[in-house]
Order: sequence, then C-alpha cells, then structure tokens
Amino acid sequence: MKVLLSWLREFAPIDCSPTELAEQLSDLGLAVESMDRLGADLDGIVVAEVLALRPHPDADKVQLVEVDLGDGEALQIVCGAFNMAVGDRVPLATLGTTMPNGMRIERRKLRGELSNGMLCSATELGLGDDHSGILILPGTPSLGTPIPEALGIVDDVLYDLEVNPNRPDAMSVAGVARDVAARLGVPFTQLDPQVTTAGADLGGRASVSIHDADLCGRFLARVLDGVTVGESPAWLANRLTLLGMRPINSIVDISNYVMLELGQPNHTYDLAKVSGGHLGVRWARDGERIVTLDDVERTLTSGDGVIVDADDVAIGIAGVMGGASTEISDATTSVLLEMAWWQPMAIARSSARLGLRSEASMRFERGADPEVLELAARRFAQLAAEAGATLAPGTVVVDGDLPDRSPIAVRTRRVSDLLGSRFTGEQIRGLLEPIGFGFPGPADGADGTQQVAIPSYRFDSATETDVVEEVARMHGYSRLGSSMPPAARFGSLTPRQRDRRLLREVLVGLAVDEAMPMPFLAPVDLERTGLPGEAATLLNPLAVEESVLRTSLRPGLLRSLAYNASHRTTGVALFEIGKVWTPDPHGGMPAEREVLAVALAASAAGGIGDDAAARHAVRVLDTLVEALALHGITLEQVAPAGLHPTRSGDVLLDGVAVGAVGEVDPAVLAEWAIPERVAVVELDLDALLAAPHGERPYGKISRYPSSDIDLAFVVDDTVSAAAVEATIRAAGGDDLVRVALFDVFRGAQLGDGRRSLAFSLRLQATDRTLTDSEVGELRQRVIDAVAAAHDATLRS
Amino acid sequence: MIEQLEQLQADAAARIAAAADLDGLHAVEIDVLGKRSTLTDLRKQLGGLDPDERRTLGQRLNDAKAQLEAAVVARRADLEATARTAQLAAERLDLTERLDPAPARGHLHLVTQTRDRLEDVFVGLGFTVAEGPEVEDDWYNFEALNIPPSHPARGMWDTLYVDAGEPQSVLLRTHTSPVQIRVMQDVAPPIYAVMPGRVYRRDTADASHMPVFHQIEGLVVDRGITFADLAGTLEAFTSAYFGSAIHSRLRPSYFPFTEPSAEYDINCVFCEGSGCRTCAQTGWLELGGCGMVHPNVFAAVGIDPEEWSGFAFGFGIDRLALMRHGVDDLRELFTNDVRFLRQF
Repeated sequence: MKVLLSWLREFAPIDCSPTELAEQLSDLGLAVESMDRLGADLDGIVVAEVLALRPHPDADKVQLVEVDLGDGEALQIVCGAFNMAVGDRVPLATLGTTMPNGMRIERRKLRGELSNGMLCSATELGLGDDHSGILILPGTPSLGTPIPEALGIVDDVLYDLEVNPNRPDAMSVAGVARDVAARLGVPFTQLDPQVTTAGADLGGRASVSIHDADLCGRFLARVLDGVTVGESPAWLANRLTLLGMRPINSIVDISNYVMLELGQPNHTYDLAKVSGGHLGVRWARDGERIVTLDDVERTLTSGDGVIVDADDVAIGIAGVMGGASTEISDATTSVLLEMAWWQPMAIARSSARLGLRSEASMRFERGADPEVLELAARRFAQLAAEAGATLAPGTVVVDGDLPDRSPIAVRTRRVSDLLGSRFTGEQIRGLLEPIGFGFPGPADGADGTQQVAIPSYRFDSATETDVVEEVARMHGYSRLGSSMPPAARFGSLTPRQRDRRLLREVLVGLAVDEAMPMPFLAPVDLERTGLPGEAATLLNPLAVEESVLRTSLRPGLLRSLAYNASHRTTGVALFEIGKVWTPDPHGGMPAEREVLAVALAASAAGGIGDDAAARHAVRVLDTLVEALALHGITLEQVAPAGLHPTRSGDVLLDGVAVGAVGEVDPAVLAEWAIPERVAVVELDLDALLAAPHGERPYGKISRYPSSDIDLAFVVDDTVSAAAVEATIRAAGGDDLVRVALFDVFRGAQLGDGRRSLAFSLRLQATDRTLTDSEVGELRQRVIDAVAAAHDATLRS
Repeated sequence: MIEQLEQLQADAAARIAAAADLDGLHAVEIDVLGKRSTLTDLRKQLGGLDPDERRTLGQRLNDAKAQLEAAVVARRADLEATARTAQLAAERLDLTERLDPAPARGHLHLVTQTRDRLEDVFVGLGFTVAEGPEVEDDWYNFEALNIPPSHPARGMWDTLYVDAGEPQSVLLRTHTSPVQIRVMQDVAPPIYAVMPGRVYRRDTADASHMPVFHQIEGLVVDRGITFADLAGTLEAFTSAYFGSAIHSRLRPSYFPFTEPSAEYDINCVFCEGSGCRTCAQTGWLELGGCGMVHPNVFAAVGIDPEEWSGFAFGFGIDRLALMRHGVDDLRELFTNDVRFLRQF
C-alpha cells in the first residue's frame, strides 16, 4: 500500500520529519519498503511535447524523437522507449540536469545522431516502479512547466508500506493516518463530505435484494445523474498515478480514488443498462457464464458470488470484477453505484479460483469496513459533483450476515501477563481509544476486566489476544522490555543427533565432502540409476525434472559426481545424510526414512588397481561401523539393484539388510556419463541406529608377552575371507587377540578358482605367558577348524 | 724403552687421528690397544726391570694407554658426528614436493556447519533440538497452526503437494512449524526446543530463492512466559551468535500462529548498524518472524492457554550461511561442486 504524506495530512496534522514518520510507520507494523521524496532533485526536468518520431538510421533499439519545450523549436532526442505517440506530453531532462540517481545529462552522439536531453520514465523521476516506458503526462500541462509543478507533487513524500493481512484498515490512506495520528498524539479527523441531492429519487429507479446472506453482509446503492465521462482533473489523476494506478476516466478514477482513500472498493453500473434497475446478490450456479470487464468470458461455480439484474442474469462477479454488459461508457448519464461488504472467505476463494487478484479483491478478502459504505458513497458523490454529476435523493441499504461485533471482555492482568509489563485498565484505554477501540464500561471492573468494542474496520480482530497485540503495537514493541524465561533447564542434543554429527565428522576425517543434492528427481532418474520401482510424485511440481520424491540418495550423488566430472574435477568423494520416501501401497502418506550415502570416485581412493573404489567403500563402511561401536554387521555379496553384480553386497545387521556397499554397475555409470569407477556405501540410519550401539566397555590389556603366527589357507574363490576369519576367531578363543589378513595370492599351482588367504594371528593370555605347546595347540586347532569348515588346505 | 714407548705412543696417536671411519678406527684400536699390541708386549717386559724402573715405566705405560683410549673415544665421537651429518644430509627431503595435493579431510556442507553452530548456541541457552518429518499432512502444516482451509494467509506459502491421500492433503512442509505441533503433542510443558530442518516452497530457483531450503524454529512453553521473554531470548541468541556488537529489535507483524506477532531484525552485520548497501542504509537486517503462541494453536494440541503461555520464532539457516562467507547466490549452496564445498 502506497501513501502520500500530503494525503495523510488531509486526515491528521502530521508534523514530524519524513524520516521520523518512516520510523514510526515501521514501529506500528507498517514496514516502510521505500520512501521517495517527490519533487526533490527534479530541477531541469520539464514538460515537452512529442512532435515527431523517426527510426534511427543506424540502430533499431532506439528511435529519434523530436520534442518541443514550448519555444517552438524541434529538439532531437535519442530514446530507447517506444511507448509514446505524437502529441503526448512527456518529461524531458534538459542538458545540464542532474538526475535523482546522480546521472548528469549531457549532449551525446549515439551512432551518429545527436541527443539533446533524456525523456524520463516514472522510475527515473523517482515516482514509482513503472519503468516500462516514458511517463506519459496526464492532461495537457503547459510546455516547459517544471515537472513537480505539472504533476502537483511539490514537496511530497511517497511511502510504500508492507501491510499485513490482519490490517485491512491500513489498506487505505485514512487508516494509515489514523494509526499515525494515534502514535503522534495528534487528532485524526475522518472525512464528512456534505453533498446536496437533486432530481428524481432513487426509489422506483433502483432496488437491491440479497438472496444469499452468507455471501454479502451489506449492500448499499445510490444513483448519480448528469454524469459526463471524461478525463479526471490533474491532481486526482496524479495521486492515482503515484499510488500505482493508471488513470482511465473520470468515473473509474473516482471509484479508485475512494477505494485508496477510504479502503472501500466500489463498483459503477450504467443504470440504463441494468435490467429493471435491480441488483440481486446470490451464489453463482455451476457453469453460469459471464463476460467480465476485461472482455473475457468466464465460467463460474457455486463458490463464486454474482450480482444479477432483474432477469437474474449475472452482471458482475461479487467483489472480484464487474461485467461488460453494464460497463460505464461515454454515453452513460446515470450511474448506479454499488458499495458492498462481502464475506472475506468467499472473495478469497473466488479470486484465487478465477486467478483474478485485484486491488478490490485484496481489500474484500481481508475484511473491509461495513460501516464506511455510506460515507464512501458520499465521498464518491462529492468528487463526481466536481464533474457536474448530481446525487439522486434516497439510498438503498440491505443487510445480509454481518460479523458479530459485540464487545469482548479484556482482563487487564492478562494483558500484563502476556506482555511482561504492567498495564492499568486506564493505560490500555488510552492506547486503544485513538485507533477507534470503544470502552463502553468502566476502565477497571471489580474483577479487573473491561469491555472492549472492536471497530468495524478491524475484521481480523475479535479476541482478547487480538486486543493484547494492539496494546503492544500502540505501546511500541521496543518499549516492552526484555527478560529471560525463568526456569532452570538443560539443553542437549538427542542420541540420534549426536550420532549423526559423529558420522559426519568421521566421513570428513576420511576426506569425504558433504553434498546437498535436491530431493526431487526426474521420472527417469531412478531407472537410469538401476533402481526401478514406485516413487511418490508431486501434484504441482515446478518442472517435470523435479516431480519425483527420491527413494534413494544415489541418483543425487551420481548427478553431483557427473557434474564435477564434467568440470574436470577428479578425486571426488561425497556423502549425504537425508530423507528418502517410499510410496504407501494404499495411497496414504509416503513412508519417510533417513539414509546415509557415500559415493567415492576411484580417483579419490588413493589406491591402484581397478578395485580401489570398491575396497575404499568397504574401508569407509568399516570405519563408520567402528565409530558407532555397532556390533553384528556383516556383508552378504548379493548384488543389490544398480550395483556391480560381482562387486557389491548387502550390509546386514544381525542378518537383516540395512544398507548396501560396493561398486556402481558400469552400465549405470555410463548412463550418468561418469568416466571412472564409483563405489557407494548406503545405510538406513533409522534401522541402523535403532540397534544398540555406542557402548565401549573396557577390556584389560595383557602385560604378558605375545606370540605371532602366520597361516595361509588355500580356499575356493566362493569362500569369503570374512567367513575364514570368523572360523579362525571362533577356534582361537580368548587367547587369540588379533587376526589380520595380510596377503591374497592366486596362481596356477593353487588350482583354478582357488586362492591363498594369509592371516597373521597374535596370541596372548591375560594371566600368563603362553607356552610353546599352548601356542602349538592353538595353531593346530585353528588349522583343523578352517580345513573342516571351508575345504581349505594349509599352504606351506 | 722410554724412547720406544714414546715413539709407539706418537705413532699410535697419529694412526688414531688418521682413522677415516669407524671401522678403520676400530682396527687401529685393536692394533694399538688390543691384547696383541706392542703396548701389551711392553707391559709384559716390565717384569724384567728393577723395581724403580718398573714403577716409572709402568706409570708411563698406564698414562700412555689412558691417553690413547681417550684419543680413540674422542676420535669415535668425531667420526660418529661426521657420519651422522653425512647421513642426515643424504636424507634431505623437499617437503614442498606435494605429489598428492588432495585435501586430507572432507568438508561439512555450509548449511550443516551453520545449523550445528545455531544448535550449539541454543543448546547453550538451555534448549533441546527436535525434528520432524518433511512430508506432512495439511493438519500439521496448516490447520493446527491456525491456518484453516481457504484462509487468505495460505497465500503466504506456495505449497508443493504430494500425490497421496485426499487431494492436497499431503504436502512437503512449507516451514518447520509443524514440528512445534508434534513437540507439543509429545511432550508436556515446560518446553524449550529448537527445530532445525529442511522446508519446501514452490519457488523458482534464483539468487535468493530455492524450492528447498532450511529453517530453524524455536518454541518455548512454560508458566508465565511473556513477550519480554521472547525479546530477551532473541537478544541473547543474537549476541551469542553474531557477536556482542549486534543487537535485535522486534517490529509488529502478522503470522496466523502467533499473536502478538513480530518481525525479528538484527543490526546489519556488515556495517554494524551504520547503514550500508546490504541493509539498504537502514542499519537493520530482517532475520525472521516470531511471536507469542496463538491460543488456537494451544487449543489444537490441548494445552490450556490460561495455565501456559509461550513464544515461537523462526528464521532461515541458508541466508546466515551465505552472509557469513559472503556468498552472493543461494544456488551455489546446492550445486555440489567440490570447488565450492571445499572452500569452507
């Protein structure tokens, strides 16, 4: 909402500086988004008339404009805008002018053509946001007139305010002035236009009926005769322009002016075109059609409201847009004026469904003021009278369902308790009376409660808490003081949050960088990752490439690896901890899980050989498991979907799959255009961290000497090293304190499909030095166990 | 014999001094001081001398032996020092020959670093950290937060809906506020919790918008909590996180789930309040929203607003991450280019 200081001053004697006013507005909850001092810095900019327009012989983004400053001489300007026509009056910055943005206007040659000044847009003059073209001045101001004078904006200030949805009152100049006056302690005077009526009474010429009271709370109609539709006076057109509305004709402009000034949107009908002079209000019928003012035929539903004529034909969409059939034209002489209060929810639904958001619908959906209708109609008539129109005697007012505005009980103590400052009933009254809140009873009742009547222009305000907010607002948030909540308490992270931080720290220690890919995928992404299957989708995605909710973190990490590879970055290792979703087979909420995934490019593994990535992934997995002190994790090489069939496996926790590890299928890497091998680790954190972990009981360290023995077993390739190691550990018992695989060897002498696994074993007892025979016995026990369990032979 | 001894000692001393390395010195030592050395022979001859001569010569012999032994020790020390110097010189490494310049550690994402810092400050202020699902239903995201269907305030959030359940009933949460509702359902007051997490809006990506971003939200519910407590808590957080030169202020605003509602501003961290381009010369930066928990929100979770009161606040994490490091485009956070990730 934009407001002009000069307009505010018509309601209250505001005498503070423009900057202080800006601060007060912000402190009142009307945040100032911008403040422009009009008329300042516009010396040298004058009214000029466009005499001729010619193309530039050597450039097509600019044209040559001949203008006259009133001295009869044609002055050539090179201009980049094309929105003006011969005869238009436009602002010209003459040579030597310094523009509001500091630019100095000099004579310049542009591609061989001289430019003797600059034609200005509204933005260049600091007069608003419209930079789509040169500002075409309304009316016919004299040539050579300084622009501030031509626009009637001498020494004014334009504020652009951000108005919250709970402040329908501040969607008007009067409402803003009321707030400011209260804050500054100066009187606020609402308009009271006096208009004399003449001619035939409205009765018998116009009538109103409300069929659906839940749509319309109040409908007021008046008639104006002797209307001539023409151009608005410059002062009025200028104010509209500055507040961001385009002047159209005298009647539409008055309509908009009254809306901006008093916050009451209104509509004008050509009385002659309204069948039977009757306006009826009802919900539309499904499929009912109407051609609106913008000449678009629209199909309505029972959620839209309509205004119908005596033949029950829709001639307007309630609160949203009027119909074309009764539109004001040059031939109009009598105007039927509508001032209505519509149910906010109805207008919100209707304007959203129709995609028609207008200045009017914005005000209706926040809740306009049902008590201002009569005043707004008089104000309309007063302004129209200046153009020769006369107000017909008689008014029709019909009420539907209006909101209950009975006074509410406000406990003084409650106000103090919520705000943390002591207020008396008198103080509350003193703060709220100036903004129109009524206090019908005594300030402090016996129980510390007083009745508060909320003004009709505060639709959103209806409860005790609403009043508390008003007290805080008018008192000033910054003056409410500052304290800390009283209770002693202890902050902490949950075990899950600590685990997540631990996993991140470990991965960072392993030189893996944390990535944050988008959780949205394209429909093909899962398939090209080798992870087909159902995925939840969005109803209203921004793009089809972002329409699927990921079921796995893998596609996002592969995309990131591909991105880095395409920028010739190698050695990339990434991880992510994030949510994935599986759709509910019965169509309900998708199931959400938290997953950890690591993707390691071979070049990040630091090893040689084509197995570097896969080996790296297993090391990373082992490190994470150790960091969590999690027991019962095993690998089962079963080729999970999308992974290399002979280089991947499930990660099992006590036999149940909780993740996967291994190389990505080369075909998948080709799909993603990743030029090197990649291995992944994926862990379902919900499952993994539900298991007991993190316990690290102390194990006594032996002070007796240890003995090391090496054993190499020849086993089939199908026998896993982990299985052999498990057998060794089981057979070794408590005195076997360390087992480490230190060599893997294949060779013709071992036979096809067999390999040698060499383990180093450390034997040590906690209570004595092991004897040679004890060591020998243990060694034999291990050899026998491995031979029996794995068809292994000892390699000598 | 004296002459012979003196000659012998002089020769031996010369040989010790001339020994070129430790092995050579060892050979000389055996030669001149060993069991088969001339010195030993001379000692054997002492028995044939008269007592006076024997005593004099014996003394001389002992002296010569001691001197030669000392010379060997000294020479060995010299040679060892030389050998060590040579060895060390031969072991010279140019430590700047970095053949594998890859970083030895990974990097936490900037959003994670910022989130961790925020969590730590609030944990220090006595808050716990709560989390909730990212796919929510309409009730948690809107209705329980006093935003009924067709409430105009729904226009404040462009919602992404999931194709599940009743049309437009399942959505990607548009803010972390539904976690407030879950916390109040799960835990009886008093509640002091912050709720960081990922949120979604139907926004086209540009330098300051992403359809996916991160927020942190705070909730306090206790007996006698006031608006002043809200101001004090945010002020304490502001100086803890941004430094003691940065202060906060509250301005009236509107949110459906709080009343009174406020905008939470801080002194511009770039100019510390004196006015600069980033803060549009105002000296203030808008950080987020806050307010006293609305009675309707308490009603939705069955908390008696007459017994308990509370406040809530929330702001964006990503923008703080950008501000701290001078990153000027939000999209950079999510390209996953390691040339970006490894800077922080």
